Amino acid sequence: MSGANLFEQQRTNRRRSAVLVAIFLLFFAWIGFGGDYILYLSTMPAAAPAARGGSRTPYHHTFPWFGLGTTLLGIGMAWYGWRNGAKQVLWASGAWELVQASKPDEQQLVNVVEEMAIASGIPKPKVWIVPDKDPNAFATGTDERHAHIAVTEGLLTTLNRDELQAVIGHELAHIKNYDVKLMTLLAALVGVLALISEGTWRFLGRGGGRVAGRSSGGGRKGGGGLVVVLLVLWLISVLLAPIVSRLLALAVSRKREFLADASSAQFTRNPAALAAALRKIEDAAAPTAAIHRGCAHLCIADPLGRRINARQGFVADVFGTHPPMAVRIARLKAMAYQYEKTGVMPGTA
Amino acid sequence: MSWILLIAVVAAVVWGISAYNGLIQLKGDTLNAWKQIDVQLKRRHDLIPNLVNAVKGAMDFERDTLEAVIQARNQAVKIQAETLPTGGVKKLAAAEATLGAALSRLNVVVERYPQLKATANIGQLQEELTSTENRVAFARQLYNDTATSYNVRQQQFPWTLIAGMAKAEIVELWEITDEQERAVPKVDLSSKPKA
Repeated sequence: MSGANLFEQQRTNRRRSAVLVAIFLLFFAWIGFGGDYILYLSTMPAAAPAARGGSRTPYHHTFPWFGLGTTLLGIGMAWYGWRNGAKQVLWASGAWELVQASKPDEQQLVNVVEEMAIASGIPKPKVWIVPDKDPNAFATGTDERHAHIAVTEGLLTTLNRDELQAVIGHELAHIKNYDVKLMTLLAALVGVLALISEGTWRFLGRGGGRVAGRSSGGGRKGGGGLVVVLLVLWLISVLLAPIVSRLLALAVSRKREFLADASSAQFTRNPAALAAALRKIEDAAAPTAAIHRGCAHLCIADPLGRRINARQGFVADVFGTHPPMAVRIARLKAMAYQYEKTGVMPGTA
Repeated sequence: MSWILLIAVVAAVVWGISAYNGLIQLKGDTLNAWKQIDVQLKRRHDLIPNLVNAVKGAMDFERDTLEAVIQARNQAVKIQAETLPTGGVKKLAAAEATLGAALSRLNVVVERYPQLKATANIGQLQEELTSTENRVAFARQLYNDTATSYNVRQQQFPWTLIAGMAKAEIVELWEITDEQERAVPKVDLSSKPKA
């Protein structure tokens, strides 16, 4: 694999992420407006409305309420996640903000963050410390000016200065590439889809049967087959929505880790240090207890220590949150070798 | 026919405006990156008197090393004041390289005095110095990257027509002139965290 060319890697990663987000949004729209269309077809007035008789005119679904509803709900949830996501992630991990460094360790951390902020050309993010002995780190926030970096106490004691710098460079790359923004938005959308799916289950349990019964019992001629096919497709996609959206979020994350590794190497011009840091983080096999499942994709290494992340291939690509450590280290070592041989950081010349 | 002409003129004007703005943006980025170097150099220059004062008492017989550092520092301060991205970068780079070399000699000497290193103050100053050196290096890296894209853009064909209007000038890169600085990077094989 020609993972050496940094800018090329950045471009392909960006494009893939854009495609994934587009699929995600299309799926979202299909659930809302597709549902509307099915209701529109199934409540189409029969040729002779008078035949139904009675005082009650049958309901005809002409306005896409569901589509607008899910879209508005999606926007609202995304906005909420956007505003409060970072705070919730930090709160959930029990992190405290490092405002005034009191120990040499902390001073070094603050210095390293400031150095990497200069190298990457973004404002210095807020620094947080997670009280956990396992080495790990994550970044969160919305944009360059509202970004946070959190590292565990274990990271500070395990890594030397160069390695710490490489890890901070990796996290700053996530901020600079707007990964943190993307991940927060994706997480919010996942939440909305789960809600819709749940609502549909309830709807099926109660009122859903009536609509279906009416459309089949109405004895209409055209469009019946189409409605059934659409309905089945729609139901399958709605019921599977949380799983599919989760997979999309994971796949985005997996690719972004390579990009952040490459950017860190670009900032520090020292890919070997990141390789060494990843090796040390990997060797400390214990899971990071302070970090929960919902924030796993933000971390530099999988905090849950799931075995799937050590594998390659299609299944692992779909289900893993992080690429295999061995592959990441191998790519970084290839960069280090190229840098040493040519004196030029791959992709920066 | 006149329609086509009109459209062509409008397109040219629209392109001209965006190209002009693009160049101005790059120019601003370059100046900003230069300012970042300036800030970090000032930080470096301000830190040195503190360091010298802290070690002076313990290293009375290493006067030469200390003198060299102070000399190089004062020289660099003087040159920094009169340097702009469009002129004198090479001279400043040389002065800073000399200062860097003097500082690393001082660092080697300090390593020879364990009792000096044991005082927390020196440890702190050394961390500050390491950090400052890194900041200078990273600021330089950012400046060189930004300045290169600025230089390339204003010389490329359609943009070169606009360059005069945008008052774009070729800026100097901060190149490493000193062979010492180009030399082998240090390799740390110990797994102990550095103090």
